[in-house]
This record gives sequence, structure tokens and C-alpha cells, in this order.
Amino acid sequence: MDTKTLYQEMILDHNKKPRNFGEVADANRHADGHNPLCGDRIHLTLKLDDGRIDAVAFTGESCAICKASASMMTAAVKGRPAAEAEMLIQEFRDMTTGKMDIAAPGHHLGRLTVFAGVRDLPTRVKCAVLPWHTLHAALANETTTSTEADADPMKA
Amino acid sequence: MTATATAIARVPALDVARVRRDFPILGLRVNGRPLVFLDNAASSQMPQPVIDRLVRYQTTQHANIHRAVHYLSETATHEYEEARRKVQRFINAPAEREVIFTSGTTDAINLVAHGYGRKFIGAGDEIVLTTLEHHSNIVPWQMVAGETGAKIRVVPVNDRGELIVEEYEKLLNDRTKLVAVMHVSNALGTINPVKLMTEMAHRRGIPVLVDGAQAVPHMGVDVQDIGCDFYAFSGHKMCGPTGIGVLWGRAELLEKMQPFKGGGDMILSVTFEKTTYAPIPAKFEAGTPPIAAAIGLGAAVDYLTDIGMDRVGAYELDLLAYATERVGALPGVRIIGTAEKKGAVLSFWVDGAHPHDVGTILNEEGVAVRTGHHCAQPVMERFKVPATSRASFAFYNTFEEVDALVAGIGRVQQIFG
Repeated sequence: MDTKTLYQEMILDHNKKPRNFGEVADANRHADGHNPLCGDRIHLTLKLDDGRIDAVAFTGESCAICKASASMMTAAVKGRPAAEAEMLIQEFRDMTTGKMDIAAPGHHLGRLTVFAGVRDLPTRVKCAVLPWHTLHAALANETTTSTEADADPMKA
Repeated sequence: MTATATAIARVPALDVARVRRDFPILGLRVNGRPLVFLDNAASSQMPQPVIDRLVRYQTTQHANIHRAVHYLSETATHEYEEARRKVQRFINAPAEREVIFTSGTTDAINLVAHGYGRKFIGAGDEIVLTTLEHHSNIVPWQMVAGETGAKIRVVPVNDRGELIVEEYEKLLNDRTKLVAVMHVSNALGTINPVKLMTEMAHRRGIPVLVDGAQAVPHMGVDVQDIGCDFYAFSGHKMCGPTGIGVLWGRAELLEKMQPFKGGGDMILSVTFEKTTYAPIPAKFEAGTPPIAAAIGLGAAVDYLTDIGMDRVGAYELDLLAYATERVGALPGVRIIGTAEKKGAVLSFWVDGAHPHDVGTILNEEGVAVRTGHHCAQPVMERFKVPATSRASFAFYNTFEEVDALVAGIGRVQQIFG
């Protein structure tokens, strides 16, 4: 794995100018995600209205991979039904853990395939997945989650 | 020139090219580049003589120790005890029975926490630690405090990462039952004044444990000169194998402590009514110990002794000075830990790049550094960083490898610029 492929322009851009960075004022769901192994933290707020993610935003302190992943995730799920977000969460996990071939048709990841390279960097997979894990927790009405918890997506 | 300075000047400088030939792993290529291994504070590499010693033991000398009367058992027992004597001489311990083999520094500290702490520390007593401590010298004491009702007091550090000795002295009082302090900080490199701190504690009759995991591999350590009561370190950070470490302790303390683990080899006699414990060190070495690893540690001690710890220390300080100058000169890079007295550890922060991204990009250049909180979260909190990147040097690193680190940081800045 060449970092030149992982640290692509899109990831660097989202790291530098994260989209949806902040808090949703009238949020009705929130969750804190933590990766105790590296210290990454993501605070996610969203407004769920009739099963649809009307607004979503994040704050946090993390590496570029985690921050860019959070930024692109919020852009991808905003305005979508929660069920579709859950589908993306599953597909994103499958991609980063090497369970899914992104070249094969049938997935809905689009630009998010820019993160496919982390599957070759086992120590960085959790950086990319943490925001998605946190979104899953928020949608399930759990307020805290961790990449080391029982619900660790890597163990799934 | 003083007599000491003359003596040091007469010691020929370390021949790093020759030393490197002893370490087969240093010839590896990583991601198409020569390996630049700068993660020695986490674990050091093993030279051929130590590898050979492990092979010779396993090939011709292995059996269980302290038991049977046959040839191999006697040979293994002799070599295991010889390793203990080597360690004793290496740290100038007064007696070999005061040298206890453990599985590592963490195990050694836990041994004292259980054997001494749980027996002699009670409700309202105080245990003094420092902000710099590794989690392995925090958590065992928190466990003791939680069970006994004792309190943890913490020595603060200044902005350079040096312990504030005046504050330390103020923390010592009649309730203080133990001081536990690291000799050299794994996160920042600070060399702590453990001799002075021991003197201050001893004036009040307080025993002192020194965590020497980052000191023994990098400088001559003399436990009698320091004057402390316990000294702990690990084999795998000093060119030895993993799974072996040492607790040196004063016999009079070890003898009154309770055993840490129960089992075979630590008893004189066992009935279901009563067990009589063996004398030290056996009292603290229950079960079959890591015999091969202990003998490997003995070989590592021989290897380091042949090179000379003064020479190792002097060379590493030259490397550190060069690295500090070059990394410190990079715009947008902050060195964290600028103590006057430092071991060969360089922790740094690159503006605009998280340490984990720094580590991944350096790895692409073949440069191995540690990134994260270094099992020292209170230090990270003190310096208001979530993590750092840490280059830690050994005597087999070169000035060219420092250049490779600097070039790698340049690449990080180019990507995140």
C-alpha cells in the first residue's frame, strides 16, 4: 500500500476543510465515538425526522483519515433515510475490511471508495471506520461507542 | 580537564558500522527503502550473539531448572543462575539473591505493588508517583489504592518536561508509604534525578521504586549509587528477548514482602494445612520461569558490557543532539520534552498533521517511529497534545538515519502543506 494512494487529494481536502463540521442545533440523536488505541474522538449530532437524516454534523480530534471519513460520511448520508445510511455503513465496513471488492457492481459507495486503501493498513482501518461506527450508534440511540467495545465492527 | 573527562576521552568512539553488522534485522528493506528503526524505546533489536545464545541453549542445554539431578537440568540451572549473576554485576546489585527474574518491567512493578503495597500500605496512606509515569507505574498503584483506601499523589512537571523537585519534596509526609518514579521518561526522554529523589524520601524513611525500563539499555546504571530500594527493567528493550525482566530489591524488603504468585519452585514445603515459602529469589519465581529468555538476557548483558555502556550513552547523546538540532530547525515542528538531561528520545508534533498520519507516511519511507500516547496519557494531557510522534534511538542508529527521519517529516509536510 502506497500512502500516495491513501492520502489522495480528496482525503487531504476533506481533512483540511471538513464539511458539516460543528453541531446540529436541534439534534435529536447524538453519539461519541472513541478509539482508545490512538485517541481519535468523534462527536456526532444529527436530526432524524420521520426516518430521514435531515441534518448531521460532527466535531472531534482525530487523524486525517478519520476526519476525512467523517466529513465525507456526513455529506453522503445527509438527506437520506436512516435505512440507506445503515446500508452505506455496512458497505463501508465491508470495503475497509477487505470483505467487498469495490470493482464489483452493486454497492453504493461512490466517492467513498477513496478509502479502500486502508484495508492494506490494518492499524488504520479503525481510523476510517470510527465515524461510521459512531453514526450507527447514534441511529441506534446509543450515546457512546468505542472501536474496542463489544460492538466493535472489526469483530463482526 | 578533569580525571573523568580524560578517561572518557581515551575511550575510542563507538564503531557504528561494526555494531550494525551484529544486527541482521537492520539489513531489511521496508516499502522498498532501507529500514530505519527508530522505535527502540518500545523494543530494541537483537544482535547475532544473543540470537546464537538462544539457539545454543535450545539446541544443547534445555531442561527444567532447579529440579532433576540429570545433566541437562543441572546445565540449564547453572546457565539460568549465571544469567542472574550477570544482571547483578551489570546494575551493581549487592547480592545475586536480590535479583528476581520477572516477565518484564510491568510484572516487576506489579510484584512490588502486590508483595509490598497490599501488605504494607493501608487506608489514608499515600503513594507518590509522577506525571511522567508510564501506565505500568500508575495502574498497579491505583489498584492498590482502590483496595486499601490509600491515596495517589502526583509530582508535577515543568514546561520542559522536568519533574519539579521542590513540589516533590512538599508531597512527602508521614503518610507517604512509597515513591514510584521512572528513571528515564519513555514519552519525553527526561532523565529524572532519582538519586536525589531517593535521598529525600529516605530522610523520611520512605522506600523508593525506580522504573528503569528506559535507563538500563542506554546508560550505566548502579543501583547502589542511586540508593533506591527497588529497580525494575525489561530484557527486550536492551537487546534481549521478550518475556524476561528484572526486579532488583533490597533483601530486607523482599524478605518481609508477601509472594506475588503461588506455585512450584517458590516453596520449601507444602501440606494442605500450611506452606512454607522458599527464600528469595525463589519466593518470587513461582512456576517454570522463562529460562531461555533469562539466558538470552544474560547474553545481551555480555554484549552491551563488551561495547561499554559509557560508549553507548555517549554515542546516543550525540545522535540525540543532532536529531534535536535538525528536527528542531524544521518550521512547523515542535519538540515536546526539552529537559536539560535527556535520554535518546525525541517526541515531536508536526503542525497540521496528526501523529498517526505522520507515522503512516514515515513508514512509507521505511522509517519506523512510534505514534500515539506512548502509554503515558497524563503526559499528553500536560502538554495539551492528543498524541506525539516519537523517534527513539539506540546505539546502532546512524546520523544518516536521522537525515532519513528529517526527510520523511519533510514529505509529511509536503502532503499536508
